[in-house]
Amino acid sequence: MIDKTFESLEQAVAGIPDGATVMIGGFGNAGMPSALIDALIAQGARDLTIVNNNAGNGETGLAALIKAKRVRKIVCSFPRQADSHHFDALYRAGEIELELTPQGNLAERIRAAGAGIGGFFTPTGYGTLLAEGKETRVIDGKHYVFETPLHADFALIKALRGDRWGNLVYRKTARNFGPIMASAARTTIAQVAEIVPLGELDPETIVTPGIFVQRVVKEAA
Amino acid sequence: MSTSRYTREQMAARVAQDIPEGAYVNLGIGLPTKVANYLPAEKEIFLHSENGLLGMGPAPAPGEEDEDLINAGKQPVTLLTGGAYFHHADSFAMMRGGHLDICVLGAFQVSHTGDLANWHTGAPDAIPAVGGAMDLATGAKEVFVMMEHQTKTGESKIVERCSYPLTGIGCVSRIYTDLAVLDVTADGLRVREMAPGLTLADLQAVTAAPLLPATDKQQGD
Repeated sequence: MIDKTFESLEQAVAGIPDGATVMIGGFGNAGMPSALIDALIAQGARDLTIVNNNAGNGETGLAALIKAKRVRKIVCSFPRQADSHHFDALYRAGEIELELTPQGNLAERIRAAGAGIGGFFTPTGYGTLLAEGKETRVIDGKHYVFETPLHADFALIKALRGDRWGNLVYRKTARNFGPIMASAARTTIAQVAEIVPLGELDPETIVTPGIFVQRVVKEAA
Repeated sequence: MSTSRYTREQMAARVAQDIPEGAYVNLGIGLPTKVANYLPAEKEIFLHSENGLLGMGPAPAPGEEDEDLINAGKQPVTLLTGGAYFHHADSFAMMRGGHLDICVLGAFQVSHTGDLANWHTGAPDAIPAVGGAMDLATGAKEVFVMMEHQTKTGESKIVERCSYPLTGIGCVSRIYTDLAVLDVTADGLRVREMAPGLTLADLQAVTAAPLLPATDKQQGD
């Protein structure tokens, strides 16, 4: 019998090594897997490369991981926010590296990794600072920039419900990066509000099929 | 020059007039968000938010906020009947694949050939953040810009060549300011409308790029 569910958050984040590339779902705090991030802080992995849309908000979730100085580099589209003070301070001190990516390129680079694509040409960013040094091509008279896939060792995502095969459904706009990050990481860990018996999720509405998910854990006991 | 400038509310109402029923529209953060307040209730217009919803409704009543239902500005919103949620790659496929009819963006500068600068001041101490601006600028069928005509120190924000870092090249189709509505055409910037009491000479005097007078055809359409 295949059972991808884990008893505890601590067990669910076991084995994430120092230096790992970790995708973290969420857009702001919607979809942020804060229970897994707290477990990762307790687990102790450092020198992480984090992929997220933002660079933490306030004091919890990704902001707490940054504050704990576990993040060497962040790949994101929108780090600067009213409440991104932990990132801002470390960035200004030169203690965290930033790879800024237009949000659609971020999403598509993640999707490309998950789909086995070796890169893609996109018009987004052509002629801007964010395309400097990148290969370009004219296709049917239009300018494109070459972007590479973004793979990860682990993805931490948040879903509403999951089953022991790793099938997931999400809630409202908390879905955001979850499904594509699940496909782009070698090991995807999903925190869910509820673990349901196999068969209870309607197969017509499963958003992330279990093939993309290796570990499922309930977010609160 | 003695004239009345359009207020920010009037600018929002003016943009709303140009959005037809059935349009798929993304409203940028800041001033463009106000446009939603002036979309007539009898018209069905689909508002898209890049974090994964289509059919976005107004802010919820106090106490009804849902942390899993937010817009791109991370403010709580609602979903209209018939609305949908989707993941980030699908959301940006809508934006990058030419499926959005109109996006409305704020700007630091627009050039007379439609170059847009709206993501970064280029200041050495600024933390850069781009979000979905480059994707919208290159992906939407029409890019409307809403901005004050001049900076706080009186410099024209409409320029021959942008001095701020670019968001996209030749992407803007129409500019709405507190003084005028301008079309970016193959011939250059053409004035569609001016604030009451303003002459073309007045407008030209505060605009750092050549202006073409409105054509009869435009005034009639």
